[in-house]
Order: sequence, then C-alpha cells, then structure tokens
Amino acid sequence: MNDLILILALTALGYFAGTWAEKRHYRSIREREKQLLHIPAITMKDIPYPNGEIRSSRLVEGSAVISIDYFKRLLAGLRNIFGGTIISYESLLDRARREALLRMKESAPDAAVIINVRIETSAIGKYSAKRNIGCIEALAYGTAIELNKQ
Amino acid sequence: MENSGEHSSVKTVSGQNIVITNVETIPGKRIVEHFGLVSGSTIRAKHIGRDLMASLKNIVGGELKGYTQLLSESRDQATRRMVRQAVDLGANAVVNVRFSTSSVAQGAAELYAYGTAVRVE
Repeated sequence: MNDLILILALTALGYFAGTWAEKRHYRSIREREKQLLHIPAITMKDIPYPNGEIRSSRLVEGSAVISIDYFKRLLAGLRNIFGGTIISYESLLDRARREALLRMKESAPDAAVIINVRIETSAIGKYSAKRNIGCIEALAYGTAIELNKQ
Repeated sequence: MENSGEHSSVKTVSGQNIVITNVETIPGKRIVEHFGLVSGSTIRAKHIGRDLMASLKNIVGGELKGYTQLLSESRDQATRRMVRQAVDLGANAVVNVRFSTSSVAQGAAELYAYGTAVRVE
C-alpha cells in the first residue's frame, strides 16, 4: 500500500513539476533561438565567403544532458507494451538537441557562420542503479568562421 | 580557449597556437604537411554525490547540470590529449575532428576525440 502511494506521489510530482519545467525550458529555447538567428548553423562544408575575408576558424561545441520525468517514463513504459510512437520521449530528445545547438552558437557570438555542424546523441547512465534512467546527452559541434571586419 | 586578435583562433598548449576544425581544411589556409591520425580519450565515472542528485532530478526531469559539466570537462581533456599528441608530432593544426561517446561500464563513459594532425602555412 505504501509503495503504491509512493509511486502515485512520484507520478503526480513528476507530472506537475516536469510539465512546468518543460514549458519553461521551451520558452527559453524559443527566445534564445530568435536572438541567435544571425548565426546560421549549416551542415555543409562549403564556406559561402572568399578565402581572403576569413579571419579565423575554430571548433565550437555545446552539449546538454537532459533527463525525463517520472510520469513520462511511466508512460513510455506502458507504450513499450503496445508499441507505437513514444511522444513523451520525442520532446526529451528535441529539447536536448536544441539546447546543445544553442550552447554551441552561444560559444561563438562573433561567428559569421558555423559550418559542418554535427549533432550526436548518446544515452548515458542508462543502466544506473536498478531503473532504466531515460537520460540522454546531445552534443553539437562545428567549425565557427569569423570574418574580417569590413 | 581565448581568441588572439591575430589570425585564426587558438587553443594554447605550452605557448603554441593550435587550430582545430572539423572540416578537411583550415579555411583560408593551405595545408603543407600531413602527420596522420591523432586521438585522445578519457574515461570518467560519476561520483556518488552527483549520482544521488541525478536520481533525485530524474523524478522531475530536466537538465542534469552535474552531468553536462562532467561530460564537457572530460571532452575538453580528451581534446587536450589529442592536441598534445599533435604538438609532439610537430603539427600546428588538427583538422576533421570527430567526437564519440560510449559507455564502457556501469556509470562510466568514454569520451573520445580524433582528427588529422597537419601543418598549415
């Protein structure tokens, strides 16, 4: 009985706190994405500028480790029985990747463009303790190109 | 990492400037010599305090700042090891750098960075 109460409490806590935190995170992501629109991150290797204009280039990276809340983990567990799209995990991955991209851009505020951007995702602490912890790391890296000031 | 106003960005190792990119060239420069593959890796385990905090944070979800920091520190270390190898070979840049992460044991992760050491003009 006690266990059941504990699980219900954790689920409720996970649901309310998790939803609130996710909304807040998404709001901040959207805001910062707007602010950083002037730095395009492209996956191609070509530089849309002539060689003479380039002042410097360097590797930039950004990463974020995001974990899922208790309620969503429960939902995903149920989904595993019937199969199908696990919507609750989609937002987890989406948040982690967008956050990583934003941090990469924030580490190169003077860049004109970031080329050859790669995004990598890995599950870490997957078998931590007994439970399956839905916790992932997203890493975004690329080459930031800075131009000579005109 | 700092940016000396001069040419190209830097990662200073023993006073030498090493340029790192993940494309095949250093944009705007010409490669004059190849030294082959250089790599650096590090394996880190999380300490118990962080693990405890993380498992608490797992109830409400959200970012695990301790892990983010831990992994980026480890990745920095792997990169530094790669750069040291390149410096030993006499290179002044590392191009085409890739990162990879793999969990080798429970609660431990390997961060691996590899690239091609080159000399540019």
